[in-house]
Amino acid sequence: MNIIQQLEKEQFDKLSATKTIPEFGPGDTVIVNVKVVEGERTRVQAYEGVCIGRSGGGLNESFTVRKISYGEGVERVFPVMSPMIDSIKVVRRGKVRRAKLYYLRKLRGKSARIVEKKTDRAAATS
Amino acid sequence: MRSGVIAQKVGMTRVFTEAGEHIPVTVLKLSNCQVLGHRTGEKNGYVALQLGSGVRKTVYLPKSERGQFAVAKVEPKRKVAEFRVSEDALIPVGAEIQADHFVVGQFVDVTGTSVGKGFAGGMKRWNFGGLRATHGVSVSHRSIGSTGGRQDPGKTFKNKKMPGHMGVDRITTLNLRVVKTDVERGLILVEGAVPGSKGGWIAVRDAVKKPLPKEAPQPGKFKVAGGAQAADDKVTADVPAEKEGA
Repeated sequence: MNIIQQLEKEQFDKLSATKTIPEFGPGDTVIVNVKVVEGERTRVQAYEGVCIGRSGGGLNESFTVRKISYGEGVERVFPVMSPMIDSIKVVRRGKVRRAKLYYLRKLRGKSARIVEKKTDRAAATS
Repeated sequence: MRSGVIAQKVGMTRVFTEAGEHIPVTVLKLSNCQVLGHRTGEKNGYVALQLGSGVRKTVYLPKSERGQFAVAKVEPKRKVAEFRVSEDALIPVGAEIQADHFVVGQFVDVTGTSVGKGFAGGMKRWNFGGLRATHGVSVSHRSIGSTGGRQDPGKTFKNKKMPGHMGVDRITTLNLRVVKTDVERGLILVEGAVPGSKGGWIAVRDAVKKPLPKEAPQPGKFKVAGGAQAADDKVTADVPAEKEGA
């Protein structure tokens, strides 16, 4: 293992020890509780939307969450290991055939729906 | 003026802080950065430290250079460089400079050799706009365009930006913040990008345009190898020689 990998692993272990990240992937609807700093105090803000892809690996992994906010599409990219993420909750598992759901950007309303996964493997194993 | 160090670029990664931000950092490694000699005012006309870093096989070492290293009683070094210092900042010959020579939060200047780009055109080398994609432009979309006037001045001015060799230059990047130091592994983590490829030799100095923090060790943080136990790190690591200057 080279030095960069070592440094990343150390940080990864340190950050992942403090929190649990549920298993989720593209198509899943998630609630991301984000820490927001307002002057002196911090509070937690929820951001709910569809995960349209994960990219990177290990410490550098991030995921994109898309939602329609006041009729406008909003996408936010979160590093999975970010200390700013308080917690992640999976609301609904979606059935999709692609790793990146960029086609959702062109769609609105009915056509932008994602079918719910019937046999939830993550739920079945747990 | 304190001495700098010779380091090797390892690569880039990110560091998450307690506050939740993440900082892009370049990892620099000190590989046996030792003092090889002094340059003094009465002998050389200037005051400097000669440092060496890296490992070099003795078999391939010219005899003349072998003598140089023998005088300093150190292993042959891959990279040798001089750092100008003030009179009171001289570090004894043979001392190994450690990563906490730099304090976390201080600013440093780094010098390296940039990545070679070969013979580059005007667009890459000088950020020229190039020519249009359509409207009759043929074959010369990335050309540099005109290089001068007409009969008057009747020549292309000197220093006109043109295609040519790009990269492999000595580049100094100023004011990079030290994010973290790791004495055991000899690592310095510096915020932002550092010129050069991975494995390239980098000179790290205190920033010239920022004040040096008071807690920075004077004349530097180093380890003096103690006689026969020079190779044993454990014996000497517990007693890092640290001198406090005025």
